[in-house]
Amino acid sequence: MRLFATLVVLGFRRWSTYRLATAAGAFTNTVFGLIKASITVGAIGAAGGTLAGYDALAGATYAWVVQALVAPVNVFHWNELALRIRDGDIAVDLARPLDPQFAHLAGFLGRAVHQFIPRGAPPLLAGALITGLALPTSPLPYLLGLVSVVLAVSVSFATWWLVNLAAFWLIELRGLLTLHIVGMSVLSGLVIPVHWFPDWLATLAALTPFPSILQAPVDVITGRVEGTAALGVLAVQAAWLAGVLLLGRLVFARGARKLVVQGG
Amino acid sequence: MTEPIIQVRDLRREFVVRRPAGRLRRERTVVAAVDGLTFDLAEGAAVGYIGANGAGKSTTIKMLTGILVPTAGTVRTCGLDPVRRRRDLARQIGVVFGQRSQLWWDLPLAESFRALAAIHRLPEGAWPGRRDELVDRLDLGAFLATPVRQLSLGQRIRGEIAAALLHSPRLLILDEPTIGLDVLSKERLRVFLAEQRTLHGTTLLLTTHDMDDVQRLTDRVLVVDHGRLVYDGTLPGLSAQVGAERVMVVDLVEPVRDLGAIDGTRCVAVEPDGLRHRLAFTPEHTTAGAILEAVGRRAQVRDLAIEEPDIEDVVRRLYLAQLSGDGRGDRP
Repeated sequence: MRLFATLVVLGFRRWSTYRLATAAGAFTNTVFGLIKASITVGAIGAAGGTLAGYDALAGATYAWVVQALVAPVNVFHWNELALRIRDGDIAVDLARPLDPQFAHLAGFLGRAVHQFIPRGAPPLLAGALITGLALPTSPLPYLLGLVSVVLAVSVSFATWWLVNLAAFWLIELRGLLTLHIVGMSVLSGLVIPVHWFPDWLATLAALTPFPSILQAPVDVITGRVEGTAALGVLAVQAAWLAGVLLLGRLVFARGARKLVVQGG
Repeated sequence: MTEPIIQVRDLRREFVVRRPAGRLRRERTVVAAVDGLTFDLAEGAAVGYIGANGAGKSTTIKMLTGILVPTAGTVRTCGLDPVRRRRDLARQIGVVFGQRSQLWWDLPLAESFRALAAIHRLPEGAWPGRRDELVDRLDLGAFLATPVRQLSLGQRIRGEIAAALLHSPRLLILDEPTIGLDVLSKERLRVFLAEQRTLHGTTLLLTTHDMDDVQRLTDRVLVVDHGRLVYDGTLPGLSAQVGAERVMVVDLVEPVRDLGAIDGTRCVAVEPDGLRHRLAFTPEHTTAGAILEAVGRRAQVRDLAIEEPDIEDVVRRLYLAQLSGDGRGDRP
C-alpha cells in the first residue's frame, strides 16, 4: 500500500506542476457547464417541466456536477501507455519489479485527486451562483459519492488502458482513441443523462462500462439513488471495474509476448 | 563452483519485417536479430558487449532482462527465467537504456529516487544512505531539486545511473551509457563505475560504441555481428587478432614530404604537402611516446592527436578475417 500511495502522490505532483493548464481547463469546464445547463433547462422546459424525473433545478445540477467530474474521470484523453508502447519506453516499465497496470492506475488516480478540487470547484461554484444546485443535505450521499467517484475514475482508466493496448498491434491510434472518446462522451451521460435515452440506446449504454464513469457517480452524489439502490450502483461499477481491468491484464500479457522494442 | 550470473544457450530472436510489394501485397521476411548465441558470465565480471549498429546487442539485453521473449534457446539471468520471473529478476538487476529514461520527466530528480525506493520496496531507514552515497559520488547534489526535463544530457545520464543502482543490484546492465556525452563526463562516469565495482562487486555488462569504455571498464569482450558471437576474449587479444591499429596524427611546423621509416609504424597518409602525417601502429609493437620521440628527431611537431580504432572497424576486420578463413577467427 505504501507503494500505491507513493505512486498516487507522484501522479498528483506530476499534474500539480502545470498550474496554468489547470486554470485554463477549469475555465473551459465552467463555460461549457453554463452552456449545458442552459440547454438542459431548455429541454426540460420544452418537455413540460420535468423529464425522466429531472425538473429544471435537478437538470441544471446534473449538468454542473458532470462538468465538475469530467476532468477527474478523464473522458477526453489518455494515451500515455500507447505512447510508451510506440516509443519503446514500455521496456523501462517492464524492467521494474512492478505491475504496469497497477502503476498506471495509481498515476491516473493521482491525476484525478489533483483535478478534483481545482477543476471541480469552479463549475460547482458557478452553478450555485447562476442556476442554484439541488444537492443532498445529509452526509451519506457524499460519502457514497466519493466511493463512486473513485470507482468511476478507475473504470475510466480501465477502458483507456484497454484502448491504449491496441498500440501493441497498431501504429496509428488516433481513430480508435477518437471513437473511444465519442462512445464514452455519449454513453457515459456527459451530453445528456442516460435516463433520457430512448430504450435502444439505454440498452446499448447498459452493455458498456461507460455509464459507470459519469451517470453513476452523479446519481449517487445528487441523491437520485439512495440506500440500497446506491449500493447497487456501486456494485455495478465495481463489477465493470473488475471485468475491464482483468480484460486489460489479459490483453497486456498477449501484447507483451509479441512486443517488439527496436533500437536502443 | 557458483552458477554463472548470466547463462545463454543457443539464443535466437527473430523479427518479422513487412515491406510493401506492389499495391496491396506486402512482403514478409523474417530477420534473425540474434542467431544462436551461447555464453556465460561469471558473477563479478565486467564484460563489454560490442558490435555495429543492428548487430543484436539491444535485443540480447532485452532478452536477458525478460522484456523480449526469445524465439528459441534459453536464458537464465541471476538463476531465473527472465520472462517468467521478470519482476523478481528486476529486483536484482539495474538497467540503463542510454536512449530511454526511467526518471519521472515532470518531477525533480529527488522524487524519482523516492519512487524507485518504493517500487523496489527498499526499507525506509536504509535507502536514503545509499542515495546519499550515489548523490555524492555522481555529484548530483546541485540538481536534485531540478525537474528531470530541465537537466542536461550529462546530468540526466548520471541520474539514470544512480536510479539503476539505488537498489544495489547484483548485475548492472548499461546499454550505451556514454552515448552523446562529452569527454569529461565520460571520464567521470567511468571512474564512478570502476569504483562501484570495486566497492560492491557488482557484475557489469556494457554495450557501447566507445572503445575507451571497453578498455577502461571491462576485462572481457564479446563481439557480436549479425546476431552471432564472433569473438569472446580480452581486448588486447581482440586487437591482436584483427590487427586493429591506432593512428597517430602529427601536424608539423614545416612541411616534410617523407619522415622515413619509424619503427613499429606504417605511414597511412601524408596530407597537404607534408604538413600532416598519419601513422598507424599497434600498442603491442610500439608506444605513442616512442613514435613522438622518433618524429621529433626528424621534424618539429606542432600538434598531435591519436585516433582509436572504432568498433565498426574492428568488427569489420573480424568479419573479413573469418571469411578469408585464415584460422585466426575460428573462435565461436
